[in-house]
Amino acid sequence: MSGLNLNHVTKQFGNFTAVNDVNLSVPDGTFVCLLGPSGCGKTTLMRMIAGLDLPTGGSIQLGGADITQVPTHKRDLGMVFQSLALFPHLTVGENIAYSLRIRGTPKDIQKKRVDELLAMIHLPGFADRSVAKLSGGQRQRVAIARALAISPKLFLLDEPLSALDAKLREAMQVELRQLQQRLGITTIVVTHDQREAMTMADTVVVMNGGEIRQAAAPVDIYRRPADSFVADFIGQTNLLPVAADSAGRASVLGELVEGIALPAGAAKGMLSVRPEDVQLTAPGHGAIAGTVTFIRDLGGAIETFVEAGGTQVIAVSSPRNRPDVSVGQSVGIRLDPATSVVLAR
Amino acid sequence: MRREPPQRLADYGPLFFPAGMLIVFFVVPFATMIAVSVFQREQGGFYTPAFVFDNYARFLSLFFGKVLGFSLFLAIAVAAACVVIGIPFTYLLSRSPRKIQIVWLVALLSILSLSEVMIGFAWSTLFSRTAGITNLFVWLGLMAQAQALTPSFGAVMTAMTYQAFPYTVLVLYPALVRLDPTLTEAARTLGASPVKAFFTVVVPALRNTILATLIMVFIFALGSYLLPQLLGRPQHWTLSVLITDQAIYQSNMPFAAAMAVFLVLVSLALVGLALYAGQQRQAK
Repeated sequence: MSGLNLNHVTKQFGNFTAVNDVNLSVPDGTFVCLLGPSGCGKTTLMRMIAGLDLPTGGSIQLGGADITQVPTHKRDLGMVFQSLALFPHLTVGENIAYSLRIRGTPKDIQKKRVDELLAMIHLPGFADRSVAKLSGGQRQRVAIARALAISPKLFLLDEPLSALDAKLREAMQVELRQLQQRLGITTIVVTHDQREAMTMADTVVVMNGGEIRQAAAPVDIYRRPADSFVADFIGQTNLLPVAADSAGRASVLGELVEGIALPAGAAKGMLSVRPEDVQLTAPGHGAIAGTVTFIRDLGGAIETFVEAGGTQVIAVSSPRNRPDVSVGQSVGIRLDPATSVVLAR
Repeated sequence: MRREPPQRLADYGPLFFPAGMLIVFFVVPFATMIAVSVFQREQGGFYTPAFVFDNYARFLSLFFGKVLGFSLFLAIAVAAACVVIGIPFTYLLSRSPRKIQIVWLVALLSILSLSEVMIGFAWSTLFSRTAGITNLFVWLGLMAQAQALTPSFGAVMTAMTYQAFPYTVLVLYPALVRLDPTLTEAARTLGASPVKAFFTVVVPALRNTILATLIMVFIFALGSYLLPQLLGRPQHWTLSVLITDQAIYQSNMPFAAAMAVFLVLVSLALVGLALYAGQQRQAK
């Protein structure tokens, strides 16, 4: 089996389990984002893939070969560090050529490859500059070019864009995704920024507490979260308690809602409803009763905060469909079963 | 706050004290030494003011040339040994747990509290036949018979390296602690083995620090005059030993001063050469 495969990968530091029984299959040429809050084990998992940390259990395969115990420098990979780790004593060109020099590549081939890579990252003619004199975005590009110099099988990036300002970060996200698609290289990015993950990834792997909570395409992660952690971590969501009566009919915040069913036998659950899927109507007629507590007009979107049955529900609407409500008004909330996801927890 | 260049004489006030100390304790004695170096020696007595180059002419001989050559060689050897041992040692130290670092640093600092005399006698005991480490080797079965390791060149080198080692570590330590540990990790992901990463990333990134350390230990070792006498044979005596001998036992101040001036000039020239070479490589 080609691609990257993680089988029951576990890492323990003393009594602390940083990564717990992770199974993941990354087909060749895909872009995977490891997403999660800090301390969720995503960086440790990446360091194990790179060989900088060794797993305490499980195995890692790359391109069909077991690389669990292979030292880092013999794995065919390129990595961009959070600190970028550009070598301060080398010029831009020498930094990019480092992996070639280590492998004893002839000087003229090194130079040709450096020029190619500098053109690729839109910094032609920068070979003789000192890395200390580059801007943040330029340093970022040089680190990417250095990692790609030997055309590795696997491209790893650990929070690569976290040092850049918001605007540059968004531009680099698009650029990185386009670069990855052009080169068709298997890429894994660690990030805590869900927008970044949604922009770039084919597959988003949401981690928490050292475990994978869900691994799926960005839209699926957003539309069909596997549990309440994923639903809450990715974007904004309303998590509403659901209760089922003896006949199996589900009620949300005390109001029966047609079309929503809890798993057989479960009496309680959670419903995840995205704010843009919450409809505000006139009270009564089977709608969940609530009171508007706050309205936030962000220009591009209007957020209406509704208090219903002791829970705050947020509804987002576009300016074209501005809800005709004001603070203190009683409103009804309607949920569409098609866009509501029932979660066990 | 914006710093203004000093306008009036009083603005230079803070500089007066260090400048005064420098003049009283460095410039005046050094100027005196230069002056004495051209004075005329009086046999059996002291010296009379004069302006002669006899003292300089006297050591332009093969004997003093050899001693000077050996002194420089010894100082360079000690500096090289300190740096070669000190860099890997300090690198590993900077990556070990905090507690271990503190124990080592305190131990190294305590060496600084030992005088050259104590270090010299300690090593001469350790290297002696009757009470030295060779007895331990005999007991371990590594050696057939205990033997004296001093006086010898090795003994001089060992003691001088021991004496200069704490300084080496103290100069290298801050630079190595500040060195981003992900630099070596990056080198490893780019295909360098840990040893190769050390030599292609850690050592070059610390080039200036290493050069500074070499120069510092070199000058420190050049001034050593007790250890070569305690642990070495007469052919291992440095120019500093001869200066002491001339100044204290032969009462030939002008000649001692001339040798001292010459030693200062030669070492300044070597340091300048090293700095120049370092800058040339950096500019490249």
